[in-house]
Amino acid sequence: MNYVIIGNSAAAVGGIEGIRRVDREGLITIVGEEPYHVYGRPLISYLLEGKTDAERMKYRPGDFYEKNGCELKKGVAAVKIDAKKKTVALENGEVMPYGRLLIATGARPFVPRIRGLEKYEYHTFMTLGDALKLKAKTDAVKNAKVLIFGAGLIGLKCAEAIYKRVSEITVVDMADRVLPSILDAESSALIKAHLESRGIKFLLSADVSPDDFQFDILCVCTGVTPETAVAKDAGLEIGRGIFIDKNSRTGDPYIYAAGDCTESFSAVTGRRGVTPILPNAYIQGETAGINMAGGSAEYDGAMPMNAIGFFGKHILTAGIYEGEEIKRGSFAAASASDLSSVSACTLKKLFVKDGGLKGFIFIDDFKRAGIYTALVRERRDISGLDADALIENAGLNFYPKEFRDEVLKRRESRQGIYAGENLL
Amino acid sequence: MKKIYVQEEWCLKCRLCEYICAYANSGFKDIAAALKDKPINTRITVEESGRISYAVSCRHCDEPSCVKSCISGALEKVDGVVKIDKDKCVGCFTCVLACPYGAIAAGEDGAAMKCELCVENSGGSPMCVKYCPNRAIILE
Ligand SMILES: Cc1cc2nc3c(=O)[nH]c(=O)nc-3n(C[C@H](O)[C@H](O)[C@H](O)COP(=O)(O)OP(=O)(O)OC[C@H]3O[C@@H](n4cnc5c(N)ncnc54)[C@H](O)[C@@H]3O)c2cc1C
Ligand code: SF4
Ligand code: SF4
Repeated sequence: MNYVIIGNSAAAVGGIEGIRRVDREGLITIVGEEPYHVYGRPLISYLLEGKTDAERMKYRPGDFYEKNGCELKKGVAAVKIDAKKKTVALENGEVMPYGRLLIATGARPFVPRIRGLEKYEYHTFMTLGDALKLKAKTDAVKNAKVLIFGAGLIGLKCAEAIYKRVSEITVVDMADRVLPSILDAESSALIKAHLESRGIKFLLSADVSPDDFQFDILCVCTGVTPETAVAKDAGLEIGRGIFIDKNSRTGDPYIYAAGDCTESFSAVTGRRGVTPILPNAYIQGETAGINMAGGSAEYDGAMPMNAIGFFGKHILTAGIYEGEEIKRGSFAAASASDLSSVSACTLKKLFVKDGGLKGFIFIDDFKRAGIYTALVRERRDISGLDADALIENAGLNFYPKEFRDEVLKRRESRQGIYAGENLL
Repeated sequence: MKKIYVQEEWCLKCRLCEYICAYANSGFKDIAAALKDKPINTRITVEESGRISYAVSCRHCDEPSCVKSCISGALEKVDGVVKIDKDKCVGCFTCVLACPYGAIAAGEDGAAMKCELCVENSGGSPMCVKYCPNRAIILE
């Protein structure tokens, strides 16, 4: 079997590692538009902050492709899939036949219509190339004033990335709060105040044009959209993204897709949607790889979850925010106005409905958070736990005893060992 | 590959494993220098609920959620041990959000920390196993 993967990021790596769990032999060719060894995309902000470097941000070691029997064609884009002939055409004219194909083309910046935008040169913040360009710009323009469109994850990560390199940052958004995709109003107020305490200015609920501002550098970070262009003519079902099932299959038996370019069932709501986060990309890619190579794998649905930090404050969230709120923490809405103390505030919020945990928001209070994630993903019955027990630090006591025993205990008998032996 | 197992009916709630773990990973030779008046940075947690108690540390899973979720590639399973490369870790704590057993935590240095079966520290083999007074933690 020969395999072709379009895209060279987290979903592609999942694909390679999935294939190699089953098939050590078949040739894998990766076609990647970006001219780099695979890197952790979220790390581009850490790179500008000086918290990582080109070597350390590699998502897999330098010998990864070689060790896995892969040929990497980097710096070249795939332009067309011919599903009948089972070939992929590249922009350099090459035509590659495939036995199984994985589309892992990720997402592109989504730029809405912004009045007057066409008059300006602007930056996006998605790729290592984007980051290096922005770095060069902040080096060239001393004490720059920066205007960022978008108060979502990427806009705020962009702000943090360049914070020390520029003199002023203003973030504008149509939405009425920061990080609207992962925070509720209260937690969002906390994070906004925390960022304001660092001197970042916000203009929210704002329908504005760059013409209304004075700035030296303009960044547009208004969201992402699945990259599906190459899949268009392949006869696949495409909504917002390429539709895949829990085996990462498309409607074509020889074509799989994974990651930010796809639309799949949510583990929480059961509805179809795009879940553009790295763990999801890797897991869908790995699932695809195993199945492409003739193995059998299924993932439990796309799990909405995010761990992200800004200026030392850590936000961990998962699921959806529906139902009864259980919370603790030093943050009350009033302290949002006190910028001197807000950065020390914590918040831990759980959302419970119909005897199950639906989601949570943790800010700087996130010990053993993954146990809560598992309760959400596995839709476990938590009706036996009262609110106090649930909001206390999580433990394996949240799970049924049989499950705990399965995880922790040695099942076979242990001959020759008896209680108290170490004491003697 | 050997694994750590925990027998809850034998656990004494003494929490010695937590102290030993913090010591083994502290880099200090002297246990007092490692632990006195310092936060106990343990990678193993003794849970108590009612009469029951048991120590929880990394299961070195066959399908490790932490490795699959790491945004930087800092986590890797090598010869049965899930290891962290602290140089690569950027402290996003996606792994903390992903581990279903709560076995990975934020370390003092800003990176994630987890049990590596003492293969990387001064212990060489799991110190919690060696020092549990009632053999409630075993390596088999
Ligand atoms: C600044 C920033 C911060 C982020 N922070 C986090 C975070 O903290 N946690 C988290 O979980 N997620 C985060 N994300 C999202 C995460 O990076 C993505 O979910 C993840 O990278 C998706 O992986 P992917 O492989 O599906 O696609 P991508 O990483 O988007 O990669 C797709 C690749 O395919 C290439 N490609 C596209 N079309 C073609 C073609 N026709 N031919 C050849 N190659 C092609 C692209 O050039 C790209 O290299 C962040 C993203 C950004 C931009
Ligand atoms: S840290 Fe958690 S998810 Fe990772 S291997 Fe250990 S127990 Fe499994
Ligand atoms: S905290 Fe470190 S090890 Fe954990 S997911 Fe983030 S980069 Fe990976």
